[in-house]
Amino acid sequence: MPNVFGESFLDLIGFVLLLPLAGAVVNGLCGKRLNTSVVGYIGCATIGLAFLISVLVFIDLLRLSPEHRLFEKEFFTWIGSGTFTAIAGLQVDPLSTVMILVVTGVGFLIHVYSIGYMHGDEGYYRYFTYLNLFTFSMLLLVLANNFLLMFIGWEGVGLCSYLLIGYWFEKKSASSAGKKAFIVNRVGDFGFILAILLIFVTFNTVDFTEVFHSTPEHLTTGSVVATAITLLLFLGATGKSAQIPLYTWLPDAMEGPTPVSALIHAATMVTAGVYMVVRCNVLFVMSPFSLTVVAVIGGATALFAATIGLVQNDIKRVLAYSTVSQIGYMFLACGVGGFITAVFHLMTHAFFKALLFLGSGSVIHALGGEQDMRKMGGLRKKLPTTYKTFLIGTLAIAGIPPFAGFFSKDEILLEAYTKGNLIFWGLGAFAALLTAFYMFRLLFMTFHGKSRMDKDVEAHVHESPRNMLIPLIVLALLSAVGGFLGLPAASAINSFLAPVVGGGGHIGGVDGGQAHHVSQNLMFSMMGLSTGIAVVGIALAYLMYIKKPELPTQIAGMFKLIYKILLNKYYVDEIYDATIVNPTIKSSFFLWRWIDVKVIDGFVNGVARLVELNSEALRLFQTGFVRNYALSMLFGGIVIIICALFLL
Amino acid sequence: MTIPLTWYLILSGSLFTIGAVGVLVRRNALVILMSIELMLNAVNLAFVTFSRQHESMDGQIFVFFIMTVAAAEAAVGLAIVVALFKNKSTINVDDINIMKW
Amino acid sequence: MLESLLFVVMGTIMIVCAGGVVFQKNPIYSAIFLIQTMVSLAVLYVLLHAQFIAVVQVMVYAGAVMVLFVFVIMLLNIDKIEEEMGKDRLVYQKVTAIFFGLLLFAVIGIVTLKSVLQGTKGEYTPEKISEIGNTQLVGKLLFTDYIFPFEIASILLFAATIGALILAKKGLKE
Repeated sequence: MPNVFGESFLDLIGFVLLLPLAGAVVNGLCGKRLNTSVVGYIGCATIGLAFLISVLVFIDLLRLSPEHRLFEKEFFTWIGSGTFTAIAGLQVDPLSTVMILVVTGVGFLIHVYSIGYMHGDEGYYRYFTYLNLFTFSMLLLVLANNFLLMFIGWEGVGLCSYLLIGYWFEKKSASSAGKKAFIVNRVGDFGFILAILLIFVTFNTVDFTEVFHSTPEHLTTGSVVATAITLLLFLGATGKSAQIPLYTWLPDAMEGPTPVSALIHAATMVTAGVYMVVRCNVLFVMSPFSLTVVAVIGGATALFAATIGLVQNDIKRVLAYSTVSQIGYMFLACGVGGFITAVFHLMTHAFFKALLFLGSGSVIHALGGEQDMRKMGGLRKKLPTTYKTFLIGTLAIAGIPPFAGFFSKDEILLEAYTKGNLIFWGLGAFAALLTAFYMFRLLFMTFHGKSRMDKDVEAHVHESPRNMLIPLIVLALLSAVGGFLGLPAASAINSFLAPVVGGGGHIGGVDGGQAHHVSQNLMFSMMGLSTGIAVVGIALAYLMYIKKPELPTQIAGMFKLIYKILLNKYYVDEIYDATIVNPTIKSSFFLWRWIDVKVIDGFVNGVARLVELNSEALRLFQTGFVRNYALSMLFGGIVIIICALFLL
Repeated sequence: MTIPLTWYLILSGSLFTIGAVGVLVRRNALVILMSIELMLNAVNLAFVTFSRQHESMDGQIFVFFIMTVAAAEAAVGLAIVVALFKNKSTINVDDINIMKW
Repeated sequence: MLESLLFVVMGTIMIVCAGGVVFQKNPIYSAIFLIQTMVSLAVLYVLLHAQFIAVVQVMVYAGAVMVLFVFVIMLLNIDKIEEEMGKDRLVYQKVTAIFFGLLLFAVIGIVTLKSVLQGTKGEYTPEKISEIGNTQLVGKLLFTDYIFPFEIASILLFAATIGALILAKKGLKE
């Protein structure tokens, strides 16, 4: 569709990818020699431009009629082998558009924030290189038009996540956290790649459009293949999106710089699993069993992570568990068939969780690197802007109307109730209560009450520079009003995303016109109920951390065992260590000490020794006298002539 | 009466043999180089004989190229002998065994 | 008749001189014998109707290459060096070498007498060659059919010049 410039902005989609990549290349190759501010500008400008193009693409897409909102741009045939072809192409549809807007928009703000946060760091250019590379990979992930290209982006974000978690690699904990994230993700990626292979075997193509259009021909509802494909895909999603049982890497990933936590481990990368499930909703719909698994895992994770979050003292770790919990919500929504709601929550979550992470980064920055909430308190006066924005973020995540989190979370609970059952709703509702509680615990411990800071730290507390505060304010605005996109009455996001899940059949249909199916009464009573739940959580937190600060210790003393289990995160890390990690290490030691050193090396060394012995003997022929060699040559020549004489 | 061309070949063979024996028995690098020249000349003679026998010019052209190679070989060989003599003060090939392990 | 006489005389001189090259103690004598060998060879080339090759033999071999040899011998002043080398450490080398030499000669003789002079004849009969002129023919072939090898040969000579230069220069450092 031509516009004022004569051609469609959709054609510019390649630049959305190209710009961050160019930024990464320039910063990566010349960053060391460039001025640090130039490095920062390059990093931000590329993402900013990519965001502008994304907006233009979005506008152009809006001008199309809903059924035609699918634009594919194919660049070249990437792999062609027999019947297998993978085309390097991009796909613009409502879902990927929402994702690129979130990735570039939130990404841009976080880049700007990083300029201030990372100021004076030695590896400044390295940081921006990784960050740009991450943005590129993430955009590739969401824009790819086939599974294989998506997998490249998928691995790319994994790599960048590893690099950025271990960004301060001289710190042992950071580098091992990076490794942990990488290895745990491998498990999920293994599932994903198996799913891709299975899809190719079943559909004979990996192209999204072709796969989804031919799904009814190749798969029957509830068939084993459909279940296998979707469960393997979901295994990939649990790895990337930190769900049970592969969530353990995310809390450790907080070793990375805080903006990285905000961008990768809250707003974008960890939601890639949700994106992938939503993208493949057509496949998931074919397998009710898989959907149930998704919902159960999602709900369980939401609750599980929330309980751990109750007792953590590290400000970033609380947020990490909250992220795990919120992504659990998204999967819960997916599992009951509310794919659009999941994307809606993904978007609002990106806003308020990025805001919370950046806010906590601002606090950490102000306190000179202190992350323990027990050594904070009373920061409200000293960091007024940070406090205000953080409060908005906390209200949003707790689900207080009219902030963003309220609408999306309420919708998830509604979906869980109407399409799922009471158990799913109960899981979600209880997790919501806990969320409200631990988030306000975080807020109260950090900003309210008496200061528990060290004296010399307290003296240096200062509000962050402007380039860190502006992203906070923008994100706070988005967190405040972002929810209205999904207002049941208007439901802009529902109708926008409907074509993406519409192809799937019945559930998509229900989703698109959901407002009509649910009675107004139920809707409003649900809203009231979830608001009530949130208020109860907040009140509890207020009671325990403002009114009677001695209460938490008393309660912890009463439920010693539970408290200890929660504080140690259910000992999951220890269980994994005992059941998987240590046996692996031990068997590796066995393989190393016996198989490798003794058998393989022994064989290789034995061969070498044999050659050496023979050479010792043969060496005697090498007298070092040229004339001896010449004699041998002559002898050989004569022999050849004699042979020729007799043979010819 | 013309000479049978076989005689030329026998002559070439004896010349080649003398050259080969020279390479084997002498220790003076210069004389060895000269013996190699003898062998090359023997080959040239054989080529010219064949050229005559087969009534073709290819043999003579080949001789021309062999001469080129021989000239190049002599130049490089002599340069090596000179360099060797400057370094080790000897041109006895039996003393040139530093490549031996 | 004259041809046969020339062949016998020149062949004898050549073999004797070649023996002189190998068995003379003094390298300068070896060199002079080698020159004589080459000149005799040039006469044989003339007998074989290869006048151009004969002239080149005298000019390039007996002239340029041998001058190089003599020059190096003079430069290094090694006319007596063989005696200073002392006793031959390879005791059986001489006997073995001569034995192998005889064997080689025998084999070459057998091959020659048995099978070599066969094959089809080409277009350049002696009459035709003398009609066009040997030199003109060689020149024409070199610059037409053999132009590529000819150019390669020039590169070879160039490389050899540079190689010799660098080798000799290195030696001067000491």
